[in-house]
Amino acid sequence: MGGGRVRIGVTVFPGSNCDRDALHAVERLGAVPVELWHADPDLKGVDAVIVPGGFSYGDYLRPGAIARFAKVMAPLEDFAFSGGPVLGVCNGFQVLTEAHLLPGALLRNISMRFVCDRVRVRVEATDTPWTAGCEAGEELALPVAHNEGNYFADPATLAELEDEGRVVLRYLENPNGSANDIAGVCNEGRNVVGIMPHPERVSDPALGSDEGLKILGSVLLGAGV
Amino acid sequence: MKVRVLVRPKEGILDPQGEAVKSALPALGFEGVNAVHVGRLVELDVESADEVDAMCRRLLANPTIEEYEWEVVG
Repeated sequence: MGGGRVRIGVTVFPGSNCDRDALHAVERLGAVPVELWHADPDLKGVDAVIVPGGFSYGDYLRPGAIARFAKVMAPLEDFAFSGGPVLGVCNGFQVLTEAHLLPGALLRNISMRFVCDRVRVRVEATDTPWTAGCEAGEELALPVAHNEGNYFADPATLAELEDEGRVVLRYLENPNGSANDIAGVCNEGRNVVGIMPHPERVSDPALGSDEGLKILGSVLLGAGV
Repeated sequence: MKVRVLVRPKEGILDPQGEAVKSALPALGFEGVNAVHVGRLVELDVESADEVDAMCRRLLANPTIEEYEWEVVG
């Protein structure tokens, strides 16, 4: 980081709609928010990347399926493979599974309804750059807003995730039918995390809570940055 | 050449769309519907069918949750 302030990039695809919230949250953390346009050829030297929520490319084909091939994803994949901290939130989580940076997929909610609510989740793993600032077992109240949040992975992958402690967040009350109540997972290297809840929507007391900063601010603690 | 690609949820994968349609049909008086699965039809017009399978694997279907089949239709 060269002594400067941490720079956190937020990708912007056509149809992203939580990018401004994420950039605002980054600013509140005292880090430098950097917008990463979908057609950017590089990551502008950021220290961490947030892939925000929304409906990238209108969710055409499958959520995240088209965004996965955006130009900015090539340097993002390199960054992730080299251990750079990446957080996918909601649609960002879907993008990261489509890009195979995270295992599994997000299916339609079992209710067939869009769910927009505040849910309680438990932090199951604190050894990721995005949860290092939380206590193990800590409960957070975070907003969810999604149509495809029903985490699916084959039984072998699920067992692997559980055995390796790669379930990062777990719902206390499952809102969407997710396997094993999974709200978030990380990759094998633990630097890439995908979660369905929206920490950026509770990142300012003006929004009723800033509990989400525990997640987003974790990356400033140095794990992986 | 025209290619028709059929993508559908893998066997055993939850198909809430299919379930919703299945429960809607009896409401309209259609009886005896044992199962409904909702998939996606993609029609391509391509120079050659050589790469259709790769297109299916890499984009048109998500092999984690979906299976696909395709045929040249003209």
